[in-house]
Amino acid sequence: MKLLLFSLFREKKRRRVVELTEKMVVDGGSGRTCEWEGRWNHIKKFLERSGPFTHPDFEPSTESLQFMLETCKILVIGAGGLGCELLKDLGLSGFCNIHVVDMDTIDLSNLNRQFLFRPKDVGRPKADVAADFINKFHIIVCGLDSIVARRWMNGMLLSLLVYEDGVLDPGSIIPLIDGGTEGFKGNARVILPGMTACIDCTLELYPPQINFPMCTIASMPRLPEHCIEYVRVLLWPKETPFGDGVILDGDDPEHIQWVYQRSLERAADFHITGVTYRLTQAACATEVFKIASSAYIPLNNYMVFNDVDGLYTYTFEAERKENCSACSQVPLDLHFSPSSKLQEMLDYLTESASLQMKSPAITATVEGKNKTLYLQSVASIEQRTRPNLSKTLKELGLTDGQELAVADVTTPQTMLFRLCFTS
Amino acid sequence: IMAATKASKEQKYDRQLRLWGDHGQESLENAHVCLINATATGTEILKNLVLPGIGAFTIVDGHTVSGEDFLCTLQNRAQAATELLQELNSDVSGNFVEESPDKLLDNDPEFFHRFTIVIGVQLPESTCLRLGSVLWSASVPFLVCKSYGLIGYMRLAVQEHTVIESHPDNALEDLRLYQPFAEFKNHIQSYDLDSMDKKDHSHTPWIIIVAKHLEKWLSEHNCQPPKNYKEKEAFRQFIREGILKNENGVPEDEENFEEAIKNVNTALNPTKIPSAVEDLFNCEQCNITSQSPSFWVMLQAVKEFALKEGNGSLPVRGTIPDMIADSQKFINLQNVYREKAMQDAAAVSKHVERLLQSVGKVCCSHCIANCKHLCWRLGKNAFFLRVVRCRSLAEEYSVDSVNKDEITSSMDNPDSEMVFYLMFRAVDRFYQQHSRYPGVYNYQVEDDISKLKLCVNSLLQEYSLNVNIKDDYIHEFCRYGAAEPHTVAAFLGGSAAQEAIKIISHQFVPFNNTFIYNAMSQTSATLQL
Repeated sequence: MKLLLFSLFREKKRRRVVELTEKMVVDGGSGRTCEWEGRWNHIKKFLERSGPFTHPDFEPSTESLQFMLETCKILVIGAGGLGCELLKDLGLSGFCNIHVVDMDTIDLSNLNRQFLFRPKDVGRPKADVAADFINKFHIIVCGLDSIVARRWMNGMLLSLLVYEDGVLDPGSIIPLIDGGTEGFKGNARVILPGMTACIDCTLELYPPQINFPMCTIASMPRLPEHCIEYVRVLLWPKETPFGDGVILDGDDPEHIQWVYQRSLERAADFHITGVTYRLTQAACATEVFKIASSAYIPLNNYMVFNDVDGLYTYTFEAERKENCSACSQVPLDLHFSPSSKLQEMLDYLTESASLQMKSPAITATVEGKNKTLYLQSVASIEQRTRPNLSKTLKELGLTDGQELAVADVTTPQTMLFRLCFTS
Repeated sequence: IMAATKASKEQKYDRQLRLWGDHGQESLENAHVCLINATATGTEILKNLVLPGIGAFTIVDGHTVSGEDFLCTLQNRAQAATELLQELNSDVSGNFVEESPDKLLDNDPEFFHRFTIVIGVQLPESTCLRLGSVLWSASVPFLVCKSYGLIGYMRLAVQEHTVIESHPDNALEDLRLYQPFAEFKNHIQSYDLDSMDKKDHSHTPWIIIVAKHLEKWLSEHNCQPPKNYKEKEAFRQFIREGILKNENGVPEDEENFEEAIKNVNTALNPTKIPSAVEDLFNCEQCNITSQSPSFWVMLQAVKEFALKEGNGSLPVRGTIPDMIADSQKFINLQNVYREKAMQDAAAVSKHVERLLQSVGKVCCSHCIANCKHLCWRLGKNAFFLRVVRCRSLAEEYSVDSVNKDEITSSMDNPDSEMVFYLMFRAVDRFYQQHSRYPGVYNYQVEDDISKLKLCVNSLLQEYSLNVNIKDDYIHEFCRYGAAEPHTVAAFLGGSAAQEAIKIISHQFVPFNNTFIYNAMSQTSATLQL
C-alpha cells in the first residue's frame, strides 16, 4: 500500500500497466463496492443542479454520476509526475474505470508494442490491435514528456475517425486531453480529433529543440553540456561500457556515473568547468532534448500557465491548420527539382518546422514496383539504401506527381506525399 | 549513513534541485508550515509541500472527518490528514492540533509565531481577519486559500518580501560591450582580426568581433555608439564587410560573424541600472541599522559599490552565452568576465563588512566567507533584485482604505474575475448572518438566491461600490453549495504550494496580492486589493 501511494505520487517511471483498484476507485461493474455516505456530494452539485453557465445541452440528472462511476472508461498515458496527479484527480472526481499506461519515453518502439499487445494478438496487424484497444475508451488523458509520443497518440486517434459520405461520425471521436509541464510552466489543452486543432496543427509553435552541432561536440566543446553530449553520443557507442548493444539508461546510476567520470575527463582536456553529476543525469535522461508541451504558446481549448513571476495564465483557441500534416487529410506536396539529391528531401522532412520527423523511411512505387528509397531503423537496409541519398530524384526513377510514402515514429500511419518537380 | 542519506536525497529531489538549488532546498528543510483546515484544498497544498521535503508541518483543524472528505474513518480530520501526509515523505515531521483556529487565537495567539508561513483554507471572514492581524504584527507570511465550486481564490499577506534570485524568464546578457572594463579591453586588444588565419578568424567569439568593430566605429563617430535603426543597420553592414573573402572575392561561410550581426540589436545597450533597482536604492531601509535584515545591508553595499568601484554600474554578472568559437578562445573570454565578476563581488563583500562594522556587528572569518559567497550570488542577480510588499487584510477590508479603483475599473467588464472576488465577500457575509453557506442542500438553493442577493447589495452599499453584479453569478454561487470539487482543489493546491515555496526560499517572485482562478473558462487574474 505504501509503495502504491509512493509510486502514485511521482518517482521513477518503469514500464508497467497498472489498474487502479480499491484505494480510490469503485469497481461498480463487478459489484464490488466500497461506498459511503456523502462521498460524491461535491460532484453531485454539478451534475444534478441546473445553473446559468452550463452547456446549452446540459440537463441535470442522476444518470451522469452513474455513467462516471460505472461506465466511462478513461485511459491515462504516462504515470510520472503529471500522470499521478491526473490519476488522483480523476479517481477523486468519480471516474472509476481508469486504465493507466506508463512507458519510458523516447524509446517509442515500446509505445506501439508493449502496452497494446497481448500474446493473443500475435499475427494481427499492429495498427488493428492498437485501434481495438484505444477504441474502448471514452476519453484519453496524456501526461507525457515527449512531443514525439504526443504526436503518435494524436495520429492514432485521427486514424480511428470514421467518415460517412465525407461527414465525420461524432461517435468515432475520442477526446484527447493533453498536458505538460517544465519547471514553473505548464499547459493543458483539449483536442477533439477531426474537429479542433490537433497536436500537429500547432507544431511550429513549439520552441526549437536544442541540438548541438557535431563539430562542437567532436572537437570544439565550450560548455559542460558539450562534454557530456560527447560522452553520451560518441564515447558510449564506441566503448559499450556495459556490454554490446546496451543502451544508456538515464535511470541507472551506474550508467550515469560512467558518463559523469568520462565527461569530467573530457572537460579537463579543454579546461571547462561545470560538469556535475546533476547536469550529467539531466542530459542522459534527455531532459535537455525533451520539450514538454511548453508554455510559450497561448492557445480556448488551450491554456498556458507560468508562475515564475506571480501567476500567469493565458487561454485561447488554437485553430486548425489548413494543411496540417496529421489531420488535414490533404496529401502534402513536396517541391524539389529533379536534380535534387534524396538527402535534401530527407533533410527537409526532419528540419521543416511543420513536419519535424525523426528518422523517416521513404518508399515509392517506381516502374510498378515498391521501392524503399531510404530507411534508417534497420541497419542492413540502411546500409543498402544509403547510396541513394547522394543520387538525384531523377536518377532514382521518380516522376513528377508521383506519390511517396513516408513512415516515421512521429505518426502511426504512413504519410503520403505528392512529389512536384520544380524546374 | 549520512552520505547515503544525502545521496538518496539528491536523487529524490533531483528534479526540484534543478529549479532552486541546494540552498533553496535547505530553506525548505528548515521551514515549518502551518495549515489550517485539512480540506481537499488544504491537503492538496500540504501534499505539494511535503513531497518536496519541507522540514515540518502542523495541521490545525477542529473538524471531524465527514463522508465528503474521502475517508472511511471516524477520526479527527487533522489527525487523519497528518498520518496520510506523513506517508508521502519520511523526511518530513508532521504534527496536528485538534482545535479550531478561533480557540487558539483566544487562548494562545503566539502559537502562530513559530511558523515560517501560515496557510489558511476555507476560513470564515472573522477568523481570517483576526488571524491576519496577529500574523501581520509578527511578520509571519499569511496565505489565504479558498476553493468554492468552480472558483479558486488566494490572498497573500506579507509586509515585505525580498528576493535576490528572481530567475527572470528573459534577461538580457550583461556583456559591457559599450563601456568595456579594463581587463576586457586588454583582452580585446590581444586580438588582431586582420592578421588571423582562416581557422582562427572563423572561430573568434562574436563578442570580440562586435567589440573590435565598435572600437573603430566609436573613433569615427565621435564616441557615439550606433543608436537608431539606420545606424545599427550600418554597423551590421560594417561587421559584414569584415567577413573573409576567398580568392574570387566571395565571402566565406563565417557563422561567428553571422552571430555578431544577429546580436547587434541587443548587445550594444548601455549598462544602465534598472529603474526597479534604483527604486530600491532609494528606499529608507537602505539606512542601515543593527536591526537591518541582510537583504538591505547587501543592497546598500551594492549601491555603494555602484557609486565607487562600479563607476555607476552594478557588479558584472560574469556569464556569457554559448557562441561559435574554439574552446580556447571561448574559455579565455569567459574567464575574463568570470574573474571580473568575482572581483566585483569581493568589493561588494568589503562594503558589507564595513556596513556591519559601522553598526557594531563584528564579522568572524566564517561570516566573511559566507558573505563572500552570498555577494557572489548577489552579483549574479543584481539586475533582478525584487521586493514585494502586500497590503494587509485590514487595509483591504477597511472602508477607508478599500481599493475602490481596482474594483470598479475591473468591473467595467461585468464578467471579469473581479466579480468572483465580490461574490466571495458576499458569501462570507451570508455565512456571518446565517452560520451556514448558501445552497448546501437542494431545498435551500432557490430561497438562498434572494438571501445572497441581499448580502451582495449590503456589501456594495457599505463600500460605496457603484458596480453591477449579474444575477447569474448569485445563482451560480448558490448552485455551488460550498462544494469543493477535487480538480479545483488540486489546481489551487499546486498554485498555493508554489507560492509558499517562493516565500520560504526567497526565490522567484510571489504574486501580489489576490489570485482568482475560474475553472469554468480556465482563466485567471491577479488583483491588487
